Amino acid sequence: MSVLVYIESEQGKFKKASYEVASYAKEVAGMMDTSVTAITFNAEDTGELGTYGVDKVLKVSNEKLSNFNAEAYADAIKQAAKKEGSKVVVLSQSADSKYLAPLLAVHLEAGYASNAVALPESTEPFTVKRNSFTNKAFNFTKITTDVKIVGLAKNSFGLKEAGGDATAEEFSPNLTDEDFSVNVESVDKATNKVTIADAEIVVSGGRGLKGPENWGMIEEMADILGAATACSKPVSDMGWRPHSEHVGQTGKPVASNLYIAIGISGAIQHLAGINAAKTKVVINNDPEAPFFKAADYGVVGDAFEVVPKLNEKLREFKEKNA
Amino acid sequence: MKILVCISHVPDTTSKINFTEGDTKFDTNGVQFVINPNDEFGLTRAMWFKEKQGASVDVVNVGGAETEPTLRKALAIGADSAIRVNRQATDGFEVAKELAKVVKDGEYDLVIAGRESIDYNGGMVPGMLAQLTNANFVNNCISLEVEGDKATAVREIDGGKETLTASLPLVIGGQKGLVEESDLRIPNMRGIMQARKKPLNVVEPSETSARTEVVKFEKPAPKGEVKLVDPENLDELIDLLHNEAKAI
Repeated sequence: MSVLVYIESEQGKFKKASYEVASYAKEVAGMMDTSVTAITFNAEDTGELGTYGVDKVLKVSNEKLSNFNAEAYADAIKQAAKKEGSKVVVLSQSADSKYLAPLLAVHLEAGYASNAVALPESTEPFTVKRNSFTNKAFNFTKITTDVKIVGLAKNSFGLKEAGGDATAEEFSPNLTDEDFSVNVESVDKATNKVTIADAEIVVSGGRGLKGPENWGMIEEMADILGAATACSKPVSDMGWRPHSEHVGQTGKPVASNLYIAIGISGAIQHLAGINAAKTKVVINNDPEAPFFKAADYGVVGDAFEVVPKLNEKLREFKEKNA
Repeated sequence: MKILVCISHVPDTTSKINFTEGDTKFDTNGVQFVINPNDEFGLTRAMWFKEKQGASVDVVNVGGAETEPTLRKALAIGADSAIRVNRQATDGFEVAKELAKVVKDGEYDLVIAGRESIDYNGGMVPGMLAQLTNANFVNNCISLEVEGDKATAVREIDGGKETLTASLPLVIGGQKGLVEESDLRIPNMRGIMQARKKPLNVVEPSETSARTEVVKFEKPAPKGEVKLVDPENLDELIDLLHNEAKAI
C-alpha cells in the first residue's frame, strides 16, 4: 500500500529534484496513513533518502539499465508498484520521467496527473492542482482510477527533511527483450555545465545583446552565480546561441528560483515558458518592454553598462558570502 | 510509409485565458484556434517524408466539428486526408484510446504527435498511444530519419541530447528541431483550394474511457508591480535578491 516514488540519479548520485519528489511522497503518504518506498536504478548510497522521508528503498542494479530506457524503467517501476501494492506513484517532471510516465500509466491502468504543483487537496477523491495553459492557469484534476500517478512540477514543493532512516533491499525486476527495443546509440551531454533543467539560477540573453560576440558578460554572470545560460527564440533562430539554450513556449521550460533576462523584450511566448521561475529580473533599456509587467525586479538601462557593473558587484557579494 | 500526424486544436499563444460556468469551462469567446505548435513541427517533418520518400500523410484530431478548420489548415499545408474522431474527450487517456483505434484501423507505420499541447500541457497522449498500439516510442524528439523500417531519432534530454534507434511502428512526441521555425509553411491559395476537396472523414467515438477529470480551473493571483532599481544603485538589486527574494 506504500506510496512509490521513482528516484532519478545521475552517475549513481541523486539530484535536488529527487529529494523534492521524496519529500512530496512522504506528505502524500502521511495523508494516506502509509509509508514511502523508493525505487532507484544503479544508485550508489541511498541512505540520504531517509532524511527526506523514504522508509524503504528498492535498489535495482543492472548493467543494462546504465542508460535510461523509458520502456525498461517503466516495466521495472510497474513491477515495484505491484510488489508494494502501491496505489500512488510519484515522479518528477524531468525529461526522463515525462518520457516514462505515460507508458507506466498504461501498464498500471492508472490515471496520470502531470505538472502537479501542490499536495492533493484530498486523497478521497484524489484531487490535485496542476499547471495548465502553459503556466497561465491551474486546473484541479480528479484521478478516478484505483492506481494514481502524480508528476510533480519542479521547484513547486521544495525539500522537507523528515529525518528518518531508509532500509534498502535489492530488487531485480524481470525485464524482457521488448523492453529494449529502443536503443541508445550515443549520449551527448556536457558534464561540467549547469543545465537549465537543474539550475537554481538561469541567466538569459536576448536580441538586445546585438550579437553572439557579446555573450561573454552573460557567461561571466552565470559563472559567478553558478547559473545556467539561456536565450530567447530569435537568438537561437539566428544561430547566435545553440537551440538547446532556447527557453520559451516551444523551447525549454524554466522553473528555477531566479531568472535574469537581459535584453529580452518579453514576447508572450517567451514569458509562457519562464513563468514558473520564482523570481524574475529584467534588464532592458526600453521601459515599455512587456517583460517589466512580468518581472519582480527591473533595471531600465543599457545592458552593456549595467551587466559589467552588476557582475562586479555580484562577485564582491559572492566573495563576502562564500 | 504511412504516416499519421496527430493535430491538437489549441488556443493561439496570444489568447487571453478565461473560464466560464463557475470556472469549470475554458472560455472560447474571441479565442483564435491554431494547430498546436509542437504538432506543426511534426506535420512539417511529415511533409518532408512525403516529398522525399513518397510517404502518405494523414492527420487526425479528436474533437467536435469546431476543430475542422484546424484540420483543413493541415490539409492546406499538404496532408493527404484528415480524420476527426467525434468526441469531446475529457482527458489524455481518452484521446490516446481513440487515436489507438485510428492507428490500428489505418495500419500506420509512423505516428507523429507533439510532445505536449500548449493548453492542457498533459504530455501524455503520445506515450500512451505508443503503449496502447505496441509501438516504439521516442519523446522530446528533435530529429528523425527513417530508412526502410529503421528509424534514427534524437531526443532532447536534460542538459544534452541522445541518439536512439528503433524499428517501426514508431510513435514520436515531437517538438521544435524536427524542423526549424523557418521551415514552417503558410498555406498558399492553391493549397487552400485543394484542401477543400480532400477527404475529411468523421468517425464515431468508442466507449468513454477517461481516468481523470478536471473539476475546476483557477487563474494565478495577479502579480504585484515590478520594483524598479536605478542602474546607478545596483547594490539595492543585490540586497533585494538576497534579503527579500532570497534568490542569491
